[in-house]
Amino acid sequence: MAERLLEVTDLSTYFKTDRGVVRAVDGVSCTLDAGATLGVVGESGCGKSVLSRSIMGLLPKHGTIRGGSAQFDGIEIVGKSPKQLRRIWGTGMSMIFQDPMTSLNPVVKIGRQLTEGLQLHFDMDSKFALDTAEELLRSVGIPEPRKRLSQYPFEMSGGMRQRIVIAIALSCGPKLLFADEPTTALDVTVQKTILNLLAEQQRERRMAMVLVTHDLGVVAGRTDEIMVMYAGQVVEKAKTTTLFSNLKHPYTEALLKSIPKVSDPSHTRLDSIPGRPPNLIHPPSGCRFAPRCVYADAKCHAELPPLTAAPGDPSHLFRCWKPVSMLATNSSASNLAGVR
Amino acid sequence: MTNTLTLPSETAYPADIADAPTAPPPLSEWKRIFSGIGPLFWICAGWMVLVCLAALFAFQLPLKRYGHYDTNHLAAGFSSRHWLGSNNEGDDLLGLCIQGARISLIVGFITTVAGMLIGGSLGLLAGYFGGRWDSVISYVVDVLLSLPALILLLAVVDFLGGPSIKNLVLGLGVLSIPTLARITRANTLPYREREFVTAARAIGAKNGRIITKEILPNVLPTMMSYAITLMAIIIVADGALAFLGLGLAKSQPTWGGLILGGRNYLENAPQISMVPCAFLTLTVLALTLIGDRLQARLSGRQARI
Repeated sequence: MAERLLEVTDLSTYFKTDRGVVRAVDGVSCTLDAGATLGVVGESGCGKSVLSRSIMGLLPKHGTIRGGSAQFDGIEIVGKSPKQLRRIWGTGMSMIFQDPMTSLNPVVKIGRQLTEGLQLHFDMDSKFALDTAEELLRSVGIPEPRKRLSQYPFEMSGGMRQRIVIAIALSCGPKLLFADEPTTALDVTVQKTILNLLAEQQRERRMAMVLVTHDLGVVAGRTDEIMVMYAGQVVEKAKTTTLFSNLKHPYTEALLKSIPKVSDPSHTRLDSIPGRPPNLIHPPSGCRFAPRCVYADAKCHAELPPLTAAPGDPSHLFRCWKPVSMLATNSSASNLAGVR
Repeated sequence: MTNTLTLPSETAYPADIADAPTAPPPLSEWKRIFSGIGPLFWICAGWMVLVCLAALFAFQLPLKRYGHYDTNHLAAGFSSRHWLGSNNEGDDLLGLCIQGARISLIVGFITTVAGMLIGGSLGLLAGYFGGRWDSVISYVVDVLLSLPALILLLAVVDFLGGPSIKNLVLGLGVLSIPTLARITRANTLPYREREFVTAARAIGAKNGRIITKEILPNVLPTMMSYAITLMAIIIVADGALAFLGLGLAKSQPTWGGLILGGRNYLENAPQISMVPCAFLTLTVLALTLIGDRLQARLSGRQARI
């Protein structure tokens, strides 16, 4: 049995705003073993990014209410001050952000951005740090790494910038990497190479990864477990293979249906999920997905379903009164092969 | 026959890099800013260099200095003897103005640098930490800026014990520090929330490092170009102080003091006031235009990034 790296129990993050308390993350639990990959999937505004930032402890203290527990490598994160967490950031946990355009400092040379963590955590002198940085750039597949060190981010393409962001995140050898929509801001052609690079680095470094995305196609072949989030809650969680072969929650099904399929005839209307994620200040009283769910009935609107295990598979959890039957989804799962 | 067809060599790099545009020929940061900045900038910069050099070597140049008293040529016009005329006591105006440049520029420079260091630091702290820091610093800055500047200046210089270079710098600092603090704070605020700041925190950077290495490089260009414009304002304020009687002694000529000295002779010998006026005006204009052009170039660069 692999070593347990991350243990999140009933984690909640609320934001105080002028209009009320926003329940961005509402009682999420999950675990992650060393070297494993967890996919977190959901629409925009479902709390995916807030979840990963909460686990890292990166959220501003001001106006944030936090509850539950997140243990990384046996260390409790919730309630720790940035000062106490600084030792873990970079060497223990690290993060890749969505847009390489904004996560690199536009007026600072690549070399200095890349050596920052090295000098900070390992006390390297600047020459050794630059050599290490060059090696890092080479390992993420950047040509002429020495030259790049003295360039600015705007001199590079989006894909290359994201490689540099990855190199920075990996520079201090983290045990756990949060990839927060790492390919969303990139061209489709570049997405795959970046995801492959992440997988390759993960394998080489035996690093665990939390891959946050809104695209089920992205996580399909690259994760051990998938957690589908809706309105700040986990609605379904299962091993990747189980999820695609035996999904239970209508929201997961709807997400899957909204992926265009190569096998469909041209001009097929793409399924979309009507409506928008609910207001997280006053969430619906029953199942949070009920207002948009095609199967919803009176009970769904009245009572919030608990997170229950699927019969015969305790690792497969879902939050639904009327789980989707297997038959209906088999076709969509097999179609996913065309997506990847 | 040999097969001449060779396979294209396998590119070692993935698609995103193969498609990447070739990098433009490397230009140094300064070249990037100054190429195409326009002739006006260079004319102004030339004037400033000239004035600074003249002021620096005022005592080495073959100039008639204060106390020359050419009694045969009182309040004379432009001539080969006195290129820019002489004043009512027979002192050479060119010599006086260059001597005056020393003090005006020193006071302007020190005050601006102090404003950058103190005001800039306060602005960065207020902008980055927010909360209590911001409340206190912003409150003090607002109070200082809401007082009428010239009255405040007169009060401060008088309170400190009358005019001296030190007191002028301290008094004018009250003008430069809050302005630069406010500008820096306003420019820091948007960067605090930027993702690269979060990214730096996520690899364990401390606050001090984030402020100096992540935020300052972004804010500095704006601070610099504003500081240059501010130096012009300080020089004018310094002149105004002297004109109002809170200048240095006559043996230490300043532009403001020289303008004041000619005010009784405006009808018969206007050059006594007008020559130092011209020096002051040209210098202030040059500084303002330099600040302006730099601002335009730097913000253009910002947009490109």
